Amino acid sequence: MNHKPDYDVAVVGGGNAALCAAISARRAGARVIVLERAPRDFRGGNSRHTRNFRCLHTTPGQYLAGTYTEDEFLSDLRSVNGGAIDETLAQLAIQRSGTCPEWMAREGVRFQAALHGTLQLGRTNLFFLGGGKALMNSYYASAERLGIDVRYEADVSDLRLSGGRFESLDVQGGGRVTTIRAASVVIASGGFEANLDWLRQVWGNAADNFIVRGTPYNTGVPLKRMLDAGAQSVGEARECHAIAVDARAPRFDGGIVTRLDCLPFGIVVNALGQRFYDEGEDVWPKRYAIWGKLIARQPEQIAYSIIDAKSAYAFMPSVFPPIVANSIAELADVLTLPRAALEATVDAFNCAVRPGTLNLSTLDDCHTEGLNPNKTHWAQRLDTPPFWAYPLRPGITFTYLGLKIDERTRVLMSDGQPTANVYAAGEVMAGNILLRGYLAGFGMTIGTVFGRIAGEEAARHAT
Amino acid sequence: MLPDDLVRRGQHVLTVCNACRYCEQYCPVFPALEKRRTFEAVDLTYLANLCHNCGECLYACQFAPPHEFGINVPKVLAEVRTRSYESHAWPPTLGRAFRGDAFRTSLAALILVVLLLLLVSMARPEAVWSSDGSADFYGVIPHAAMVALFGAVSLFVLSALLISGWRFWRETGGGFVASSGRTWRAIRDALSLRHLHGSGLDCSSNLEVRLPWRRWFHHCTFYGFLLCMASTTVAAIYHSVFGWHAPYEYSSLPVLLGASGGFGLLVGPLGLAALRQTRDPSLSHEESGGLDTAFLGLLFLTSVTGLALLVLRHSALMGVLLVVHLAVVLVILLTLPYGKFVHALYRVLALFKYHRES
Repeated sequence: MNHKPDYDVAVVGGGNAALCAAISARRAGARVIVLERAPRDFRGGNSRHTRNFRCLHTTPGQYLAGTYTEDEFLSDLRSVNGGAIDETLAQLAIQRSGTCPEWMAREGVRFQAALHGTLQLGRTNLFFLGGGKALMNSYYASAERLGIDVRYEADVSDLRLSGGRFESLDVQGGGRVTTIRAASVVIASGGFEANLDWLRQVWGNAADNFIVRGTPYNTGVPLKRMLDAGAQSVGEARECHAIAVDARAPRFDGGIVTRLDCLPFGIVVNALGQRFYDEGEDVWPKRYAIWGKLIARQPEQIAYSIIDAKSAYAFMPSVFPPIVANSIAELADVLTLPRAALEATVDAFNCAVRPGTLNLSTLDDCHTEGLNPNKTHWAQRLDTPPFWAYPLRPGITFTYLGLKIDERTRVLMSDGQPTANVYAAGEVMAGNILLRGYLAGFGMTIGTVFGRIAGEEAARHAT
Repeated sequence: MLPDDLVRRGQHVLTVCNACRYCEQYCPVFPALEKRRTFEAVDLTYLANLCHNCGECLYACQFAPPHEFGINVPKVLAEVRTRSYESHAWPPTLGRAFRGDAFRTSLAALILVVLLLLLVSMARPEAVWSSDGSADFYGVIPHAAMVALFGAVSLFVLSALLISGWRFWRETGGGFVASSGRTWRAIRDALSLRHLHGSGLDCSSNLEVRLPWRRWFHHCTFYGFLLCMASTTVAAIYHSVFGWHAPYEYSSLPVLLGASGGFGLLVGPLGLAALRQTRDPSLSHEESGGLDTAFLGLLFLTSVTGLALLVLRHSALMGVLLVVHLAVVLVILLTLPYGKFVHALYRVLALFKYHRES
């Protein structure tokens, strides 16, 4: 059994990392197939919901203000992680991120200045014109021009390895199973955030109250197959990028419009009507990514952001209307929260607010004293009706449990030895660099940088 | 007025857009909607007339159908736009006549006017049916009759357009004072069709298909139309000021202007009609199709009959051609305030408003 393989490189997945790998491999001369599980209309994985890319740059550019140095980037990354990350891979991601915009532009990607309401990212993040779906459209168009085979609704159900070497994979689709042999394979199939059973194994019944912000197609099957085949895992199964989203969001694919930017403007209470975390801890969106996991730990995984009329129009509008009431008691009734508890929480908060000068663009001196927890910035009394509330749920974006890789993106087996021809890029290996926190736009950096490396390495191995 | 159901659908789409904003650098619609928190019927009307109906925001949309949010900005705004033409038309009865099937209405009007003109020229049947080769236009229809008829119709049409434009401007909260810089920017945007290539490349008409043709065919149509108007105006001045009567030489200004304008009106409408066929149908609203076809068809006919009249003015066919050409021009004039032409009026007003606001 030593047939010539069907392809030089098989890419499992159809998002940013997958297409960067496929295009790089094809440009290096390989015959490439992309196996995208979603139908064409929903192609692109979670990348279709993204909008920017965190990027090193040492001079100001057309769309990037100022500079963003390697040191600053690395220190931002360390600060959100709060622990030891793979420094070699982290530095590789950061250094190579600076070379990506030019490469992306060559593949037809267009950029734009930072969006209104996200100006704080204008120095560190490069925005895609039209967002991530437009980016993916450019990549797919480029892939078609280059002669890459793209199969949609191609569900990779099995991956066969023998002695640390990839042999073939099975694709389910249209009611039959096809076996595809390739000289090398790139796993770029994302995390397991859309696999509700797997989430339940990790989070228990709490997972039933999670909202999956992105694609329903990321069920982590290729990741699971690789772990079963003896690949070394990286990251904790509970760790993920999760934010607070509107509880009325659809179960899957609600994307950007279900996020709420109003949390720092008021208080956040749980189902008992009590505050549970400092809403003014740090500048939004730096601390934006902690709220998903905070709410996941609250009873019934629900919380409510409450603001008053002073802040009603101070934040990005949300897709769902606020729940409005003329008094805190009335609001408690509408939200079915214990009325006395909510009133007590708001009264205690209002009494604890110290006078200060509100400044939303910096860590100002408006804070509370004597509460547990205190609100350390932007604390304003909730005293001007009508009062607005938004119900919040944990909105899971992607999981960090993944495949351990080396700097050539080769997947490592549990004995620490690299596989001969299995490469990984994107969410499926993000856990090498992200332990717990998240930096806006860094997922796309990981996907682009390691996608390109994986494509080049896979092509070099195959051809 | 916009139907409630359409207002609700428009509000849904724009609310999602306002919470997303990924498209804000494609065209003015998005920065304009970001200035609003809620969307009333008047906001929809304004934004719909600001939209140039390209496809960028549909293809870039993570919530486009078949996503359950079903966001399709170009389509819902096309529907609002078509409705807004009808609801601002004056007198309203004539606006309603164009609803649904502008094509058939235009055709009926055309036949009616041809018959009418033939009836008028029956006073001198030999001048109509067997012209003597002298190209004596006024022998077919006397100059005074022509001036009276077209003068009266033009006056009516101009009033109807002014009233429609005023109603639109008042409803969308236009206001009066605008700096000359902003006014100029709006005019520049309209004349250059800036927002069909505003983000550096031509806007898409299908997924990842970006071609300049829609813009160029529109330029042919619009500037062709202007040249024809200029030709008529120059001819009117020749006649009344200098006493130089038609027919004019091929090398004369009215003929040069009219012939080049006529050429634009051959190429432009044909090209635009052809592009409609290849365009992604999910970008358009069905009812606006009839409006487009009727207007393009009439423009094309104006040009064909006008050029035929120019070439055959010394033949026996001149009388019939003149009657038909004048009929077409009369119908196009009469339908200006109710057909697709008004998009130009409301687009320019919407651009004025946009630049005033920004």
